[in-house]
Amino acid sequence: MSTRHQKLERSGIGFAVSILFVASLGGLFEIAPLFTIENTIEKVEGIRPYTPLELAGRDIYVREGCYACHSQMIRTLRSDVERYGHFSLAAESMYDHPHQWGSKRTGPDLARVGTKYSDAWHVAHLANPRDFVKGSVMPGYAFLLDQRLDTNHLKGALTAMRRVGVPYTDAQIANAETDANRQADIMADHKQDLTESYGDSVQVRDFDGQPTQLTEMDALVAYLQMLGTLVDFDAFDVEENDR
Amino acid sequence: MSVSYKVEICIIFIITLLVFVLGVAILGYGRQTGYVLHGYMIALTAGWGLVHLINRANEPEPKLPLEYNDAACKWGVLACFGWGLIGFTLGDILAWQLAIPSLNGDMFWSNFGRIRPIHTTAVIFGFAGNALIATSFYVVQRTSRTRLASEVLPWFVLVGYNLFVFLAVTGYPMGITQSKEYAEAEWYADLILVFAWVGYLMLYMRTLARRAEPHIYVANWYYMGFIVVIAMLHVVNNLSMPIDISYAKSYSLFAGVQDAMTQWWYGHNAVGFLLTAGFLGMMYYFLPKAVNRPIFSYRLSIIGFWGITFLYLWVGSHHLHYTALPDWVQYLGMSMSIILLVPSWGTVFNGILTINGAWDKVRTDPAVRFMMVAMLFYGLTTFEGSFLAIRPVNTLSHYTDWTVGHVHAGALGWVAFMTFGAMYKMVPWIWRREGTYSLRLEAWHFWLALSGTLIYVGAMWNSGITQALMWQTYDANGNFVYAFIDTVEAMRPYYFARAIGGLLYLIGACLGAYNIYMTVRGPGMAPAPAAQRPVLQPAE
Repeated sequence: MSTRHQKLERSGIGFAVSILFVASLGGLFEIAPLFTIENTIEKVEGIRPYTPLELAGRDIYVREGCYACHSQMIRTLRSDVERYGHFSLAAESMYDHPHQWGSKRTGPDLARVGTKYSDAWHVAHLANPRDFVKGSVMPGYAFLLDQRLDTNHLKGALTAMRRVGVPYTDAQIANAETDANRQADIMADHKQDLTESYGDSVQVRDFDGQPTQLTEMDALVAYLQMLGTLVDFDAFDVEENDR
Repeated sequence: MSVSYKVEICIIFIITLLVFVLGVAILGYGRQTGYVLHGYMIALTAGWGLVHLINRANEPEPKLPLEYNDAACKWGVLACFGWGLIGFTLGDILAWQLAIPSLNGDMFWSNFGRIRPIHTTAVIFGFAGNALIATSFYVVQRTSRTRLASEVLPWFVLVGYNLFVFLAVTGYPMGITQSKEYAEAEWYADLILVFAWVGYLMLYMRTLARRAEPHIYVANWYYMGFIVVIAMLHVVNNLSMPIDISYAKSYSLFAGVQDAMTQWWYGHNAVGFLLTAGFLGMMYYFLPKAVNRPIFSYRLSIIGFWGITFLYLWVGSHHLHYTALPDWVQYLGMSMSIILLVPSWGTVFNGILTINGAWDKVRTDPAVRFMMVAMLFYGLTTFEGSFLAIRPVNTLSHYTDWTVGHVHAGALGWVAFMTFGAMYKMVPWIWRREGTYSLRLEAWHFWLALSGTLIYVGAMWNSGITQALMWQTYDANGNFVYAFIDTVEAMRPYYFARAIGGLLYLIGACLGAYNIYMTVRGPGMAPAPAAQRPVLQPAE
């Protein structure tokens, strides 16, 4: 071994290429198959791309670094499932660019937080967590209530998402700004347009308690309220999707 | 002026020009304040580089002295300590924020979620990365007995790299982040890192190619591993689609389960190749030098190196136990993680046994003490890592502070201890000083750092295991005994202990920085004797 290795030690390029070869094996064998093995992502009903308002909310979730304290991944452990709900499926984050599974639960898991609390609770809790949960160590996000949501970039955002593989239609991209405003409309005048475009699971209402304006709080709460609500687990067969 | 010199300046000029154009485009088209500020920062830095390159091209080619080139290395030391102090300070602020949540201030820029990546980036890339760049510049010259292959590239690498770190850490408080753990920087900063990194690889390979020694020394294997693998990880994990040039925001190419696996392949190997392989390179040079003994075993060096290079890339999936990642990847990651203990501990023994015959130095020389304890922490952390990768054990550590404690045993106890030990040796050597300013201060630094680390890690072990067990506690009827918030409140004493441990560590690092500063300011020695100079190259 040593003599052959001594030969390698005499060639800088040879050594570097050997390193690259040896080091690339792990990824080739563990990551590449995830794109090709078909049952990696379960086939389930209900998964849809985010609406523009939800996507904007998700961008805020990403911007604030919520993943540092909240996971979005319910493991198959009993103590996870009984506390947070059905274990997470790969399909449920198939349109998450990037994923927000997280690695730390300083706060609880949020994978199925959608519809567990009222909008008003979310808004008040985000603004001042310790008013509602004594002993919480979460920072306050009251500033989201005053920040108007920037909708100018939503067309571009949906286009970029389509480029990385999310099946947004031309119409969805063209209507991105209007759809965002319509989803937070207190009168829900255009609810039908949204459900026709994105499916029945879209929640349409004013989210932040300030019906006259579209704020970042609207977007974030709209996102939180849809988390984990898309899949109907009564129709999900665990055995069939065993991997 | 020789042709190769001109060609080199020309290539670096073109790449710097590209970066300059990127900066101008960002400041011109950008629509968010932070993003536009970054455009100015990029354009200014690249513009300054361009002016410098033009001046250099107009001057006659400098006659190179027969000396090692440590100029960039010195600035690397400065950057290392600068980012280190920023990173440690922010880390301790975060620790206090968890103990006393009102310290968040509830302003958009001051909340935990936006500060936390500044801490991790400043420490991993700012402190550790600059320590590696600086020491690698030093080591590759001495072990090859040749001057760095380029006069311009070292600056290109150092400035480009630190521009990346600066853009990353100033972006987070302004909301510019991908929220991919340890890869939070957005696309344009990532792009600049790619340029700097390719320059680094070129410089390193070209310097090795000029070596006067027939064999490449083991420290350089590790530095090469660090440079090559980080390039691969960085490029693959940061593939993303920007909205357009007007926005800093981008969407990662991969989604969901594939993105998670790619992310932890990256995340665990940022640990494996930046925080482990790079620092093993540092260890393989500075520890034998400091104790004046040869490496214990050449065979162990080979087994350790290839074992680590092969196995590390397989173990990322142990961050995703019991998740929606297919089980086969989880089990494969777990198995490889356990096998990884073999080369890791082989390397630990190789390092520790190298001290044989010079153990008195552990008592008399705090720098050696730093390095020896660093090896012990490396052994502890790699054992703990393999242990935590076992699925049932992982239910206690995943999502809890045990992981945080594990990372800090590695970062505080291994990475930073090795850095401090190597810096206390290298700084007097490159500035030609008799020794460090004060051995007493070095010793104080050591004991503060050690007690800080032990308090920190001990607190996190306790809090992590406590919280995981509380999450899993049922009463006789099968109901949960604790609400989630009960488990948060139970963490409070540990959060205070952690913040105090971190503070001790920070005070130690301040003493260290002061000691280094006073060493640099202190009186110098006569020029280097011939034995510490590069070998004359035959004319080409």
